[in-house]
Amino acid sequence: MPETDTLIDWPEEGVARAPYAVFSDPAIYAAEMRRIFRGPVWHYLGLEAELPEPGCYRLIDVGDTPVIVLRTPDGGINALVNRCAHKGTMLLFEPFGRIERLMCIYHNWSYDLDGCLRSVPFARGINGKGGMPASFDMAENGLDRLRVESLGGVVFGTFSEETPPLEAYIGERLMPNYRRMTQRPFKVLGYYSQYLDSNWKLYFENATDPYHATILHAWATRLKLNRFTMEGAIEMSERGWHHLSWSKMATDRDGEVYETEAFRSGGGDFDEFGLHDPSVIEQWDEFGDGITTAIQTAFPNFVLQQIHNTIATRYLVPRGPAGSELVWTVLGYADDDDRQTGIRLKQGNLIGPSGYISLEDGMVGSLVQKGIEGDKDKASVMEMAGRSVESIVNSRASECGVRGFWTAYRELMGV
Amino acid sequence: MAGDVPAAVAALMTEYVHAIDDDRLEDWPGFFTDPCLYRIATRDNEERGLPASLVYCDSRAMLLDRVVSVRHANVFEPHRYRHMTSAIRILDRDGAEFRTRSNYLVTRTMRDGTMAVFSTGAYRDVIVVEDGTARFRERVVVCDHGMINNLIAIPI
Repeated sequence: MPETDTLIDWPEEGVARAPYAVFSDPAIYAAEMRRIFRGPVWHYLGLEAELPEPGCYRLIDVGDTPVIVLRTPDGGINALVNRCAHKGTMLLFEPFGRIERLMCIYHNWSYDLDGCLRSVPFARGINGKGGMPASFDMAENGLDRLRVESLGGVVFGTFSEETPPLEAYIGERLMPNYRRMTQRPFKVLGYYSQYLDSNWKLYFENATDPYHATILHAWATRLKLNRFTMEGAIEMSERGWHHLSWSKMATDRDGEVYETEAFRSGGGDFDEFGLHDPSVIEQWDEFGDGITTAIQTAFPNFVLQQIHNTIATRYLVPRGPAGSELVWTVLGYADDDDRQTGIRLKQGNLIGPSGYISLEDGMVGSLVQKGIEGDKDKASVMEMAGRSVESIVNSRASECGVRGFWTAYRELMGV
Repeated sequence: MAGDVPAAVAALMTEYVHAIDDDRLEDWPGFFTDPCLYRIATRDNEERGLPASLVYCDSRAMLLDRVVSVRHANVFEPHRYRHMTSAIRILDRDGAEFRTRSNYLVTRTMRDGTMAVFSTGAYRDVIVVEDGTARFRERVVVCDHGMINNLIAIPI
């Protein structure tokens, strides 16, 4: 249950406002780690494809907590807190690898792949002296475990017993796109991350906000890859916590508003914009539905992305009140042919820290972080399409996705 | 070691970093053959055989598109680089084609005066010399770090 102390007075406009203080207050950050990251939410932990054999593991940070995700001998998946029960030492530090047991380097306490403590060096002392007392219970000194569920090859974990089953958490309205993008086994094409000088929520606000996309990201707008005037929608999950934004680039109508209204992304100082080598946007309709952009989020920090033929997961690791790390896993599908892989790799220019379409996303968060520092008592304004978290069809001129994020946030934080 | 570094190769390495550091990005595609390969990759991905790049260009026109986008489409806080390069090794020579390795370090200075080491790693190059002029057939920038501070807009 949410704690009840008053961290902050939320503005009366509700989720159409976000008080600036939530982006920098250390006490609020500490509460987020408890109430959200240890709360009733599912966290992205990685992919089944990253754990092909028993003993294969990957590391991931869930909020402030380091976690080991591993394949068990019977083919299951465990998520264990990466911390020895003895002194709190991290057990593993290579990000990926394969192990038969978990042994702490500090005093060699050893655990099996279920996190059960199996041996403690010198437990019986030396020459009958010293050692652990008879009262020491190995069974009570195992590793902390997360609940784990895997869906469509994507592994999630939660610290809370109250978290609903994963499919119910994502919700019926958003499961169709989740299934659409996870129906074939994934193949990992690579990893990279971005350190952002901004609170984690500023990036996640950006990811749930299609309003900015065709205005800030001039590259794609000028090339008519994404415009608000295309067929599209923002679909909200039942409780409003998660969103899906999609569009079809072949359906643009009246797109010249970007030019006639003189948006920067419509031409600005440079009317001749075009590609000298259009092979970078060569693409195919891989899902057979004409959807060229689909951004799906799961509160608090997960993004499943299709931008043309770039498929990726993104998750955020909060790094203190004013920093965060955005981690990308660049994907294809296991049955891609060489031409399809080649197209995905070349379209890789569109995403990530150098992405034509994405390089501004981390940067704007740092501009907000600097902009709001001196006025903690003020708030941002999100009234596009009102103050509700209703879905919107045949338009994306709504900030319902961002308000949905704040709906979940307020509920879990009790603010 | 497959011999000394030819003057044309050394000149290419030097002119390349000065062009970027002096903000003459329009000159940048001219350092490459056409077609060519320019990639920014990470050491972890390369060592694990994972092919994804941060930047991937395989023609001079694609390099030019990067420059046009930096100048006219992408927006970001203005900044400049300073490249330090060293330890050029000729790994292999096949006629007028050289396979080389060298180290780089790039500092990034923002308009407010903040300066920090931005990237360090290795250039893995294939360089061809024609009529005394060297050009990159391939330049793969392998960053030692998989975490990028905010963004990479300007080429390394």
